[in-house]
Amino acid sequence: MATETHGEGATGLADATGVAGHDAASGAGMPQLDFSHFPNQIFWLIITLVVIYLVLSRVALPRIGAVLAQRAGTITNDIAAAEDLKRKAEEAEAAYDKALADARVEAGRIAAEARAEIQAELDTAIAKADEQIAAKSAESEKAIAEIRAGAVDSVKVVAKETAAEIVAALGFKADQGAIDTAVDGRVKG
Amino acid sequence: MATEAATGEAAHGAEGGLQFHPMDQFLVKPLFGDGPVHWYTITNVTLWLALTVVAIALLLVVGTRNRATIPSRTQSVAELAYGFVYKMIEDVTGKDGIKYFPYVMTLFMFIVFANFLGLLPMAFTTTSHIAVTAVLAFAVFFTVTILGFIKNGAHFLELFWVKSAPLALRPILAVIELISYFVRPVSHSVRLAGNMMAGHAVIKVFAGFAAIAAIAPLSVVAVAAMYGLEILVAFIQAYVFTILTCVYLKDALHPSH
Repeated sequence: MATETHGEGATGLADATGVAGHDAASGAGMPQLDFSHFPNQIFWLIITLVVIYLVLSRVALPRIGAVLAQRAGTITNDIAAAEDLKRKAEEAEAAYDKALADARVEAGRIAAEARAEIQAELDTAIAKADEQIAAKSAESEKAIAEIRAGAVDSVKVVAKETAAEIVAALGFKADQGAIDTAVDGRVKG
Repeated sequence: MATEAATGEAAHGAEGGLQFHPMDQFLVKPLFGDGPVHWYTITNVTLWLALTVVAIALLLVVGTRNRATIPSRTQSVAELAYGFVYKMIEDVTGKDGIKYFPYVMTLFMFIVFANFLGLLPMAFTTTSHIAVTAVLAFAVFFTVTILGFIKNGAHFLELFWVKSAPLALRPILAVIELISYFVRPVSHSVRLAGNMMAGHAVIKVFAGFAAIAAIAPLSVVAVAAMYGLEILVAFIQAYVFTILTCVYLKDALHPSH
């Protein structure tokens, strides 16, 4: 390569200038311009660059490239999977909502049925109870009427007797028939 | 740079108590022994280049070993770097620039890690040397030029022939475009090396002033502030180098203005 010939030339130049160049470098001069060291630096630099190039192109860069590609793939897949799951979740939610609505309608229907059934039972029970109550009250009325009738007769008897006694006690003599008629008239009125 | 060196030299001579060696950190030294530096000698350059490779491998290879879909912290950083450069090349160069992604990524990771490793205390900053940045820049320059001719043939020369300009101006513009094209590798490399070297040298100069007790607190604050700025520069220069590479690549792939 060009650098090889360049190196040879530099060595020759350095040999020619010899010790003077080296002294200048070790003093306050610039070691960068000491051409006797150029071949050494260039030789090792070329080896370094070749090694770095081989390491990068054979090992490091394909590896990092593969990792990056794999990551991009994984991310794409994950996003697709996430979208899929999201869609499924939405479907599940819709199904759930539908089931809920159905259940609500069913529950309403069952409740209405139960209500109607209970109402019917209640109605028959009320009707039966009313009947019983009516029978009982009729019976009671009859009993009360009997008792009342019995009571009026007793009062009539007592009143007649009391009236006869009072009349007798006043010193009058009255016949029982007139008193009875008077008492009956009073009680009725 | 020159003034700093001069300041360093002046202080060197004038005051006995102060020791300014702002450029010593850039010296290339053999790692073992003290012999001459041949092209194959293992030097501190070798060490810090190797550490750059290790750091990159730790982040991009070891950090991603689990290949986790949910990344660990290190893997996140590695992916961030990957995405950063990938997006840059895609935005600037277009879809057909993607196949040069490993090349651009190599440049970016190398420069950014070399810059940051250079910020460690006692470290050697490999990217502060023009030899290193020139190789990087000329590699880009030759790659882009050859690629331009392979992809577009002679149409690549339309890059220098500004069709939107009036016909009379086009030859002049072509000369300017041609010069600017060949200046690219120079500016590309000197920008990076210059930034890294200047910042590190300034930190060293400020640190040298800490020897005087009265100025020491100010010196420490200045070093801290410069260090913060250098952290910013370390990243920005790597970014600039990489995005310019992408721009040049775009010129090679789509030469018409």
